[in-house]
Amino acid sequence: MKTHFDLKSSLQENRLFLVRATTLIIFVLILCFALIARLTYLQIETHEKYANLAQNNRVKLSVVSPVRGLIFDTHGRVLAENNPSYSLELVPEQIQDIPETIKQLSALLPITDEEVRLFEKRRKQNKRFASVPLRNRLNDTEVAIFSANRHLFPGVDIQARPLRHYPFPELTSHVVGYVGAINEKELKTINQVNYRGSRFIGKTGIEKTYETELHGYVGYQQTENTAQGRSLKVLSYTPPLSGSDLTLHLDIDLQKIAYDALGDYTGSVVAIDTRTGAVRALVSKPGFNANLFAKGIDQTSYNQLQNSSKRPLFNRSLRGQYPPGSTLKPFIGLAGLDYNAIHPDQKVYCPGFYQLPKQSHKYRDWKKTGHGMTTLHDSIVQSCDVYYYVLAHELEIDRMHHFLHKFGFGQKTGIDILGEKSGLLPSREWKKRTRNQVWYPGETLIAGIGQGFNLTTPLQLAHATAILANKGSANTPSLVANINNKTRTQTKTIPVQLNKPQHWNLIIDAMYDVVNGARGTARKIKEGAPYKIAGKTGTAQVFTIKQDEEYDEDSVVEHLKDHALFIAFAPALNPQLAVAVIVENGGHGGSVAAPIARAVFDQYMTPAP
Amino acid sequence: MNWLFQKNPQTSHYHQRKGSIFQRLHIDLALLVLLALLSSIGILILMSAGHENMGLLNRQATRLGVAFIAMFIVAQIPPHVLKMFAPWLFLLGSLLLLGVLFMGDMGKGAQRWLDLGFFRFQPSELLKLATPMMVAWYLAERRLPPSHKHIALATVFIAIPTVLIAKQPDLGTSILIASSGLTVLFLAGISWKIIAGVIAAGASLAPVLWSFMKDYQKQRVLTFLSPEEDPLGAGYHIIQSKIAIGSGGVYGKGWMHGSQARLEFLPESSTDFIFAVFSEEFGLVGCIALLSIYLLIFIRSIYMAIQAQDTFSRLLAGSLSLTFFIYLFVNVGMVTGILPVVGVPLPLVSYGGTSMVTLLIGFGILMSIHTHRKLLSS
Repeated sequence: MKTHFDLKSSLQENRLFLVRATTLIIFVLILCFALIARLTYLQIETHEKYANLAQNNRVKLSVVSPVRGLIFDTHGRVLAENNPSYSLELVPEQIQDIPETIKQLSALLPITDEEVRLFEKRRKQNKRFASVPLRNRLNDTEVAIFSANRHLFPGVDIQARPLRHYPFPELTSHVVGYVGAINEKELKTINQVNYRGSRFIGKTGIEKTYETELHGYVGYQQTENTAQGRSLKVLSYTPPLSGSDLTLHLDIDLQKIAYDALGDYTGSVVAIDTRTGAVRALVSKPGFNANLFAKGIDQTSYNQLQNSSKRPLFNRSLRGQYPPGSTLKPFIGLAGLDYNAIHPDQKVYCPGFYQLPKQSHKYRDWKKTGHGMTTLHDSIVQSCDVYYYVLAHELEIDRMHHFLHKFGFGQKTGIDILGEKSGLLPSREWKKRTRNQVWYPGETLIAGIGQGFNLTTPLQLAHATAILANKGSANTPSLVANINNKTRTQTKTIPVQLNKPQHWNLIIDAMYDVVNGARGTARKIKEGAPYKIAGKTGTAQVFTIKQDEEYDEDSVVEHLKDHALFIAFAPALNPQLAVAVIVENGGHGGSVAAPIARAVFDQYMTPAP
Repeated sequence: MNWLFQKNPQTSHYHQRKGSIFQRLHIDLALLVLLALLSSIGILILMSAGHENMGLLNRQATRLGVAFIAMFIVAQIPPHVLKMFAPWLFLLGSLLLLGVLFMGDMGKGAQRWLDLGFFRFQPSELLKLATPMMVAWYLAERRLPPSHKHIALATVFIAIPTVLIAKQPDLGTSILIASSGLTVLFLAGISWKIIAGVIAAGASLAPVLWSFMKDYQKQRVLTFLSPEEDPLGAGYHIIQSKIAIGSGGVYGKGWMHGSQARLEFLPESSTDFIFAVFSEEFGLVGCIALLSIYLLIFIRSIYMAIQAQDTFSRLLAGSLSLTFFIYLFVNVGMVTGILPVVGVPLPLVSYGGTSMVTLLIGFGILMSIHTHRKLLSS
């Protein structure tokens, strides 16, 4: 079709088009201005914000975990180390057929369906170039088998990660303690920055007490990363500061002797070098496999430990509180001498029981027939109870409390390991405060033979024995000898001063005869010892026998049997080692606890070949 | 081809404008220089955005070559021939669109491609040109400004491809085609009353449009409104893009030194989001320079439209000019976060083939319109 030529309308059309085109140009200029305004806003106004975001995108700060410090015993044997834990890992990016590779691998190493399932799960959560573990904790044989066939499996390799390992897991389970995965509660107290790369933290024992020293300080690495997380180059590197190595006073051989000597009993043995306060053995039996915790314990094993009637997780040496029984007698005797309440040669008649004036209640001696006329010396050697009823009645509770307090009873020894209990040294004031009751004279008598309210920890007993052996002066018990070869300074306890220093010898002589005398309660352990031991046996009642009842050893159920105790030091004239032994439900101190102490002394006194 | 040689008998009282060799080759030198400049910048950015992937660069260079050749060829076709073909191209394009709907290939969740065995073809690209041609052809035959009846019919011509492409779904292209057709209507002189009415109706119909959108389109709009809601999902693109642009600052980080793109934080850095790469490396100064080139191309094109001698050419040229700019605006708008993310490439710079060929064919038409003008003999 042909439009007819109309000049007028054509000109009109031209003008209309020009107006519309100009409108378009203005419209475009406005849009252009809007874009430039937006770009100006992004690139000038908010430039800094986006520059930071870009930098954060680009640079990835990753932590380099410090290596945890090692723990050695006094002879330099390793008690805690970091072993590589081997895991078989696959890099999906480098493997063409993953199911086929796993199938071939399982021909070499046993791989469970569960492991494959976990692997698939982790693989989906990770980047394709990330190494994903298929099997953890390979043993040496498995590592060797795979290494020999490694060339057949591109993209499969063995990775080593440090894992805390305890070469003597049962022996040191309480004293060295263990590390475990950091929990919610710990997360709130630790320095979050320093622990960014750490999975484990000390949970008990030395591992917990010296956590700061052992952990070290975290290092950093800045890398330039792609959006997928693949790092391209290292921009800066701050090396981590490794944890400090600790050397303990503990002697692992002595620890083992003591642990084994306890046999099937539960109990505790503490051995302290009387000259330095160095703790040579700190045993709580039963122990447990601390490596289970370091690996990450499963719920079943944990419940098993937690619910075991022998309470293996309970650290008896620091937290077990037992009545000291007759082991308290040398200290009470010393109090009697120092307060001049008794003369060393004064004799007390023991008919087998004691009665307070105007009271019918009979306080019985362990020996029904009585010990007859008894001196202080005899009272310790034969462990006469009546003598101490009389003495306690004479001393009264206030003086007993005051004197025993000097030996560290009823208070923490201050050993450098967390969790210590303070025991209980009863007093009038204590009973008023905690029970709002007056003190009865009968309670003084019971306290005089180490029963009643009295509670001590094995460590306290050993420490008190050391003070006695040294005639008053001692060091605070300590476990850590040096940190990174820097010796820790020892602190002295406040020395016990007697009015007449020769009184020490009277008590020590008596303790000497406990072992070496013809009638001593621990005379059996003197056989064949090339050195002389001074000690005191104890038998602590677990429950109270009624007035008209007899304690029949054979008929009492196991967990109600008396605890057997023994404190001792040797050599008697020139003391080197103080030992406290508590055998739970062991019966008699002389027959059960004393031989354990002998074994410890034998090990310690015999010069190393 | 008869129409190539038919100028001789008809030029009795017209004569060809005395021109340079470019004139005789039907090439507009200014436009050619600007387009070549833009394409070269595109190749340079692509080197950085594509991580110096030579295969990628080769493919892009080849496509550019093909596109420029296509432009030269189309520039040789006189406007009246284009006008003659306009309705047939439109018909063909619309039929192909229907074909895509029923037997198209799925690509990235959208049906856009028609597999012709030896090569895959997007019919929507054909309609980018055929739609404004159709509307211009239709209106050029009528007295302007157009009557209501003609406006209504022209609207139908625009609506057919717009709706069909939106259904694929390809919102970006659908918007571009609608705007190219509407530009023709606007240039034809429809009254401001109608324009105002349409805008008001459009605003009130927005909720209806929302209900017709596919989930991923709705997601894009929501993401646009608040990208921080979903920083690792749908909002990731726009957040990373803003980081790239913002961190570029005034002078940029330098060519090949944009960390966002080079470390792969910026997704689709060589295609739809290539402007962010450019902004990061060349800063605000570079952005303004780049926008200036686009603006110059637009101004040169609209000038050519004003110079055109018949209504069809004028309307078509005006529409092609604006569409080119709308391309740029929608892309930069979405990359800088002022428009929702609709898949529109940065014209002549983004990696990708068919849209580049279509764009340069559009410029071929513009050149043809400009260089085939005849002057009244003095």
